[in-house]
Formats: sequence, C-alpha cells, structure tokens
Amino acid sequence: MKSAGTPSAKPRLTTSAMIASIAAEGQRTKPAPFGHALVELARSREDVVGMTADLGKYTDLHIFAQAFPDRYYQMGMAEQLLFAAASGLAAEGFMPFATTYAVFASRRAYDFIHQTIAEEDRNVKIACALPGLTSGYGPSHQAAEDLALFRAMPNMTVIDPCDAYEIEQIVPAIAAHRGPVYMRLLRGQVPLVLDEYNYRFELGKAASLRDGSDVLIISSGIMTMRALEAAQALADDRVSVGVLHVPTIKPLDTEAILREAGKPGRLVVVAENHTVIGGLGEAVATLLMRSGVHPAFRQIGLPDEFLAAGALPTLHDRYGISTAEVKRQIKEWLR
Amino acid sequence: MATPTLPNAPTLAQRGRNIRRNALLMGEVQGQGYIAQALDIADVLAVAYFHAMRFRAEDPAWEGRDRFLLSNGHYAIALYAALIEAGIIPEAELETYGFDESRLPMSGMASYTPGMEMSGGSLGLGLGIAVGMALGLKRKNSAARIFTLFSDGELDEGSKWEAIMSAAHHKLDNIIAIVDVNNQQADGPSKQMLGFEPLVDKLEAFGWFVQRVDGNDLDAVVGAFDAAMAHGEAKPRMIVADTLMGKGVPFLEQREKNHFIRVEPHEWQLALSALDAGDQP
Repeated sequence: MKSAGTPSAKPRLTTSAMIASIAAEGQRTKPAPFGHALVELARSREDVVGMTADLGKYTDLHIFAQAFPDRYYQMGMAEQLLFAAASGLAAEGFMPFATTYAVFASRRAYDFIHQTIAEEDRNVKIACALPGLTSGYGPSHQAAEDLALFRAMPNMTVIDPCDAYEIEQIVPAIAAHRGPVYMRLLRGQVPLVLDEYNYRFELGKAASLRDGSDVLIISSGIMTMRALEAAQALADDRVSVGVLHVPTIKPLDTEAILREAGKPGRLVVVAENHTVIGGLGEAVATLLMRSGVHPAFRQIGLPDEFLAAGALPTLHDRYGISTAEVKRQIKEWLR
Repeated sequence: MATPTLPNAPTLAQRGRNIRRNALLMGEVQGQGYIAQALDIADVLAVAYFHAMRFRAEDPAWEGRDRFLLSNGHYAIALYAALIEAGIIPEAELETYGFDESRLPMSGMASYTPGMEMSGGSLGLGLGIAVGMALGLKRKNSAARIFTLFSDGELDEGSKWEAIMSAAHHKLDNIIAIVDVNNQQADGPSKQMLGFEPLVDKLEAFGWFVQRVDGNDLDAVVGAFDAAMAHGEAKPRMIVADTLMGKGVPFLEQREKNHFIRVEPHEWQLALSALDAGDQP
C-alpha cells in the first residue's frame, strides 16, 4: 500500500479504460476464470451456448469461443437483440451465457431482459464485465447502479463475485440453478483471494470469512477483498474487524446477516462497489429495520453522482472504496 | 395438424369469419379493446393456422410445432380468437377474456396462455426472440419454422432493425415474419409518426425475401405464405400485409380513431350482424 504523499510526489496515472485486471501490483491472480470455467461446464453440458454483443474478448468469452466455435454466437453490437435472442435460444432448451458490459445490460437492454428473460422465466445467465466502478472511462462504462436495477427485477438472481476462485465456482452453481441470473464479472487477470479462506461458494449463502469484535463489514464483490485487507490493517491498530461476504445479492441470506449483525457491540458497515442507492447497503439496512435489529450502521459505497474519469486508484480513493479509505473511514467512525 | 383439404373442413373464409366472431365476442365481454386490429388481421391468422402452420391442438407445446410469436401483444384478442378456432383454447374461456384470473389477459403473455409463445406488450421484442429461436431450432436440426407477427408501428423501434439485420446475417430461412401495415398507431397514422416506406425496398436491401400483399385478400395471403415457405434462398422471409382496420364490420372500418375502441353495448350485436351480412355470398 502506498502512502498518500504530496501531490507532486505522486506518479502520473493514466486513464483506467477497459482494464485487463483489477488486481493490485504483485497480487496473486488467475487468468480468465469465467471463460475457463464455462469451457469446463460446456464439456459436460451440451445445452450451454455462449453469446455476446461485440465484447467476447472483453468478457473472457473468447476462451469459450475458441473451445466451442459452433456453440458461440456473435450477435454484433446490439444488446437488445442479444438478450431477446438469448430468450429465444433458452425457449428452445438451450442455456445461453450472454455477456456484455454491465452498463449495457442494466441500462440499455433493461426492458428486453425484464420482458423476454425475467418475465418469461427463461434460463439465461447474464455475465457482465466492468461492474460498479471498475473502469475510469467515465459514466458510460461505470455501472454504479447495476445491482439496484437487477435487484428490482422480479425472478432475477443477482451475484457479485469477489475473485477468480469464486467466479469459477459460480459458473457451475448458476448452471445448476434453473432460472435467470445476473452475475457481475471480473475479467482478464483476476485477483485470487478466497482460496486462502477455506471458502466455498453456495448460491444464496453468505459466508463469514473473519471474526472480529469491534466491527462487522458486510460486503460483496471486490469490496470483500478490500474489507479483508482493511481488516488486516486495522488489526495492526488493535481494531478487531469481522467480514461477512455476501456474494448473492438476491436472494439475500437474511439468516446469516441477521445472525452476524445481531451480535451486540459491533459497528456494522456495509461495503459495496455500487451506488449507495438500492444495492447491498440498502438491502441490509431494510432487513435490519424490518427485523428489529438496530446496530450502529454505516455505508461504504459510491456516491449518488456521475463518477469521474481517470485512474482507478485515484477514483477508488476519491470515492472511498480503496483499502486505505475503508480503513480510514472505519477508524473515524470508531472515534 | 391443420388439414384444410379434408372434405367438409371449414374454408379459410369461414375460419376468418369465425376468428372475427370470436374476437367480437371477447370485445363485448370487456366493452373495449383492440378490436379493429383483430378484424384486420383475422385473414392472415386464418391462413397461418389453417393453411401454413403445423401444430397439435391437444399438445400446444409439441416439439415439432411451428412457433407463432405474437410481437404485438395488444393483438392478443386476435390470437386468442385464432387459438379458440384451432381448438387450443376451449371456446368456453372466451367469456373470461380480460377478467381477473383469466388465462386470456388483454396483453399476450407467455406464462398465461397455451399457444402464446412470448410476452408482448412492450413493442419490438418478437423478432429478436425469433432470431434466438431460429438459431436454436437450427442447432436441434428441427424442421419447425417460426411465424412472427408484428405491427407497422413496431418498425419505429430500433430493436426491430437489429433483429432484421441479424436474421439476414445468420441466414435464418426458418423465420416467416408478417408485418401488419394497417397504418394506425396510438397517436395517429403510422406513416405520419415515423415514416417507414419504401418498406419492401428497405427489407430487400436488408437481405430478406419480401412480398407485399393485400392482407385481407385470402387468395393473395395464401399465395404469399406458400411462396415464403417454398422459397429457396437462405434468407428470412417477410410478408408485408396491407390491411384495413375493422375489416368486415363496415361501421368499425369507417370509425376514424379505431386504434383502441370502445363500443356501446348495443353495437356489438350490430357488429356481429354486419359480419354475418358481409359473409353472405
């Protein structure tokens, strides 16, 4: 972790456009976990087909295309078509994995997913790269609200994976689940974190990754990675932080969340790579209110504004979702 | 399976009249609806269900069936009328149309009704679904075809053109699409909303086999379906059907604003009588 330093001492960072890795320098990674897991799945399931809208290479679906060229559908840069056609293929008994960027699935093609996939209950798996703030290209490619939109869609299962280890388990798990799924995707060189936590992904289940007596961080996606790093750093400052990882945003594991958040004496912080509106934070807050569980509660997430373009480390610091900022905010709240 | 050649089988003209009658009876149940569209497309549906399509009335989900995708979900009243005539929906359900708990909601939805293959309502979805189904049928080496009906107003939607490009790109010769050009949208005449002519030239330029016919001339419609099914090129097929809103019921044909009509209680009997009168040789 680098220290803040003076502005002049900072290296000049270039724009993080369609990044090939969210990993920090020196972090352990695994290449294209989604693509490889899908190939593995397709070997045993002939109904699996891959579809994309001109973003095969940018969603790791090219790995699948190379292995199964005749089961790969390039639909062109036409997201409305992509999802309507995925519905049609599913109606004929196939299980399409349809990929694009999260912004295009959630914003441009929303009605097509709502009507042709969710309402018709088609067995389509939607896997989308650049979730939340994982591009510095600007709001056009920053899917700050994808989880809120898909949470609001009836019949949709919503998943926000943390790392490569989890993604490769999610692929067969959602194939075994009949029904539409939206999963966020990390592509390229994807961080490897959870293999060291004796963790197994289970659809609809949260997992306690770390115990702590002062603070409980409830997190999903890359914020679980950040939460674990921040918890380690805070331990050095004698702050004891637990981490509850909630990869399935919908349906929510209400039992695990109530059990953990109900333990007395801990500050509960929900951390998500998503706008603070409508995502995991508000889902947890509503659950706690509804259930009469009232811990001290804080949210770490993206602000309700159009996010800036630039370098991701800069942006993650600015919007409070870097490891250093998670740590700083928690210390401030404990003061 | 449709068997139009059997002796004593109803003629297509009788089928068309029965579809119109079923639609009017459903309209009467609610006192309102997209009646004029049902009347204009009845002949096309008669030819689709009783001349062209393979289906089993007792098994609407039969794997070998030709699929029918109703993209313009507000035409559900017309499709229900055809499905009743085809024996897929019992005639007794006609009087449930549009009421709570009915399998026949005003806008067509896949989860409600046997024989309804998609959820319409939001316009511009059907041809995209057809592309996926057509790809799927080819994957399965199925000889089944997809018939999909949409309205001229749907040509305003960009998604329609994505699917038009895609169907040609993938050489989906198992799609037979019918566009109902009745020149009527919610806000007025379709051609004044967003011009789409010259439609045949456009669709041909997009790589489709295109025919344009009077959609209320049964012989012409039969000829177009036959040519579409027999066509040899690896292209998707489009039938541009020019139709008359309210066809068969003169006072509805002449009603100026007939996109969504309300008919006074006493007028339904007049409409049915007009239909019968018009059917006399």
